[in-house]
Amino acid sequence: MNDQPFLSEPVEPERHELREEPGYVFQLDRRSFLQFAGAGLLISVLAPEASAQRGAAGTGTLESRLHLGEDGFITVLAGKVEEGQGPRTEIAMAAAEELRVPVERIRVLLADTDLVPNDGITAGSRTTPATIPAVRKAAAAARELLIQTAARRWNAAPEMLELRAGVVTRKGASGALSYAGLAGSEELAKAFQSAPAPEGKLTPLKDWQTLGRPRLRIDAREFVTGSHVFPSDIQRPGMLYGCVLRPPALGATLEYVDLVKIQSLPGVAGVHDGYFVGCAAPTSWAARQAIKTLAGTAQWKTTDQPSSTGLFEYLKQHPVSGGQPRVQIKGSVEEGLKSASRRLKAAYQAAYIQHAPMEPRAAVAEWRDGQLSVWTGTSNPFAVRDQLAKVFQLPPHSVRVIVPDMGGGFGGKHTAEAAFEAARLAREAGKPVSVRWTRAEEFMWAYSRPAGLIEIEAGLDDKDQLLVWDFANYNSGAAAIVSPYRSPHARTRYVECDSPLRQGSYRALASTANNFARECFMDELAAAAGAEPLEFRLAHIDNTRLRDVLVAATDRFGWRERRGKKKPGTGAGLACGTEKGSYVAACVEVSVDPATGAPRLLEICQAYECGAILNPAGLKQQVEGAIIQGLGAALREELQFENGKLLNGSFARYRVPRFKDVPKITLEFLDRKDLEPVGAGETPIIAVAPAMANAMFAAAGERVRSMPLRAKGTKS
Amino acid sequence: MATLRFTVNGKARSVDTPGDRPLLDVLREDFKLTGVKYGCGEGQCRACTVLINGRAAPSCITPVRAAGGKSITTIEGLSNGEALHPVQQAFADEGALQCGYCTPGMILTATALLERTPHPTPEQIVEGMNGNLCRCCGYPRIIAAVQRAAGHRPALREGTNGE
Repeated sequence: MNDQPFLSEPVEPERHELREEPGYVFQLDRRSFLQFAGAGLLISVLAPEASAQRGAAGTGTLESRLHLGEDGFITVLAGKVEEGQGPRTEIAMAAAEELRVPVERIRVLLADTDLVPNDGITAGSRTTPATIPAVRKAAAAARELLIQTAARRWNAAPEMLELRAGVVTRKGASGALSYAGLAGSEELAKAFQSAPAPEGKLTPLKDWQTLGRPRLRIDAREFVTGSHVFPSDIQRPGMLYGCVLRPPALGATLEYVDLVKIQSLPGVAGVHDGYFVGCAAPTSWAARQAIKTLAGTAQWKTTDQPSSTGLFEYLKQHPVSGGQPRVQIKGSVEEGLKSASRRLKAAYQAAYIQHAPMEPRAAVAEWRDGQLSVWTGTSNPFAVRDQLAKVFQLPPHSVRVIVPDMGGGFGGKHTAEAAFEAARLAREAGKPVSVRWTRAEEFMWAYSRPAGLIEIEAGLDDKDQLLVWDFANYNSGAAAIVSPYRSPHARTRYVECDSPLRQGSYRALASTANNFARECFMDELAAAAGAEPLEFRLAHIDNTRLRDVLVAATDRFGWRERRGKKKPGTGAGLACGTEKGSYVAACVEVSVDPATGAPRLLEICQAYECGAILNPAGLKQQVEGAIIQGLGAALREELQFENGKLLNGSFARYRVPRFKDVPKITLEFLDRKDLEPVGAGETPIIAVAPAMANAMFAAAGERVRSMPLRAKGTKS
Repeated sequence: MATLRFTVNGKARSVDTPGDRPLLDVLREDFKLTGVKYGCGEGQCRACTVLINGRAAPSCITPVRAAGGKSITTIEGLSNGEALHPVQQAFADEGALQCGYCTPGMILTATALLERTPHPTPEQIVEGMNGNLCRCCGYPRIIAAVQRAAGHRPALREGTNGE
């Protein structure tokens, strides 16, 4: 492992979002308010706020994490957000395991800033390694408390007691004590309110009864019946529907708008505050009509903006002013290149893509007595609460953010634009307002995954072993930028650039782009060395976990046999990688359309290892979903824009994977019971694109160096 | 403004509203049937699928006047009291949802598909479902759920929980 000094690097912090302040600057001057719904509706939000102190139960106590109900149900509280990646079920399983109760006895309350502890942003695959242990420790403490209380009440030794299905009994004697029986007790209250919270002893992995076993989503019934309330489904009494006037292009600023035209519309409230123009109306239809009317009066000042044609040259020429590239160096790249017997270089590109979650941004905001409540779809409820407080000049505890389980995120909802818009409109209207972005707004005004240009140069020694590795990433990020392949001389650079589009996190961050470039280039190097791609990789991997997934995937796929057998127009390829402490390898078979050069993924065999598996059913879904979502970015996804306007901001033009794209999928999970579990929602996405590019070379003899994958001279 | 009458989930309903309004908006905002989802507004993702006279239709591009006199079924009207419709049950049993936002549209599309083709081949399932998007990309589980609903997958043994 000495040759891999960078592997201990912490994961890339969630850049962009945490630095980006909300772009809403409201004057909040009542005299500048324009309101049309009648004077009586304007509420006096600038009055000294009501004194009601709100907030989660004392932080750091058991009480803030667990509630034992007298009804026999136990509620777990967590600040994480369910967006389809499975924390609700995983948290229920973790609590059930330590409490020794059936999962059905657990309720999970997530992401309500008034009620749950602040577990930070839901991102970076952190729920599994950080929140799950916190839940388990609290649940284990409650379990020990139950046993100790029973022992004390019965004057019995704890070893003589047995806890099963949430009930303590005494061997050979009568008496039973359950969590429900403990619920009203003074012992419980005292222990639950003490800080720091007692931490119980975790159940060793070999004794797991609930964790490690497949468990489907615990609340599936609500979703199949349509009764689950998503952020866009929230209804409040008297609620209006909001709509926002958007600029015609990036960089356009509002010069003039005439709100008089919508004054006569019944029940419509309009706001023009700084650059913000919006309205609220009794139906979303009426709100859209009013905004169309306003748009007809608006005058904008536009400025020239970059286009997606020529994007990668633009990025390279526009490093962030005053920024320093993040550089990691081992040995000397110059020396390595000088003494290399064979040198190779190539440049790779990854396009901007949109997360396009099924549920666009949505929020309902309600003001009452100077207190603001917002239901919205964001991965970052506590930060959004603080930002709302800042923007609306309120103390944080006057703002409550609630995140109902939301319709997808994939790293795209770390912000909460709709929450600010709804809050501003609701304040104007004096009624709750629901703002739900359209798909076109989501494509244009949500942030995208950064585009990136990656340049690599490497040299081999006289034994065709890697001697030097020089890797530079422009704009897309530093996640998984460090190569897992042994090389005596190595340098990686990440250059932050002025991005033409608003950009931010995306499932697996830049590790997709970095792994794409690296894994494609490894195949190019192998070819230059006259080596077989698998053998060439194995000869440079010291990390046994990475080696294990590569061996598992290639064995299961039958790599050695199938690579030799050529079918016309098809090819096999492989790729592997590691990020956020887990390991992935994929073998694929791809066909290439001879007319268009477009690839089709026929089959993928993916091996994955993320330590001990917490929920095999959830893991399977995450890995299947990641593969197919990653396939979208490999096949077609690419934001095209020209002078500040998006050219393909709709599902008709920006084509995401559909049923017809689904390949044959074989999964091989390496369940490492000896290792701590790590998050698994992201890393399984990073192998599919490079494996396909390598397979396209095998099929058609041409290197493909851009995502989406496109043979030269062909169009998407 | 027009007065429109139709049957929604078996009940006679009427509404006074501009006839150009999308059926989606009327179902969600006037009737509070929020199981019907907005996804794209252009009929490309089918999260907004409802059954109109038994046929799956995208309610986001259906003007409400076009639904006049017809029978509309939303996800809320599919189950019979506590008992889930077999397609709903199959989606639950297969765990065929991640974020679940596309699920109502998927279930209604599958319901109409199985009505038309009770024993679809895998190709017919893919063809029949291809208009519906799932951005969690849970397509393999959804295909399995449709197969299960068609009786092509064995019922779960108790306690196996989907694996």
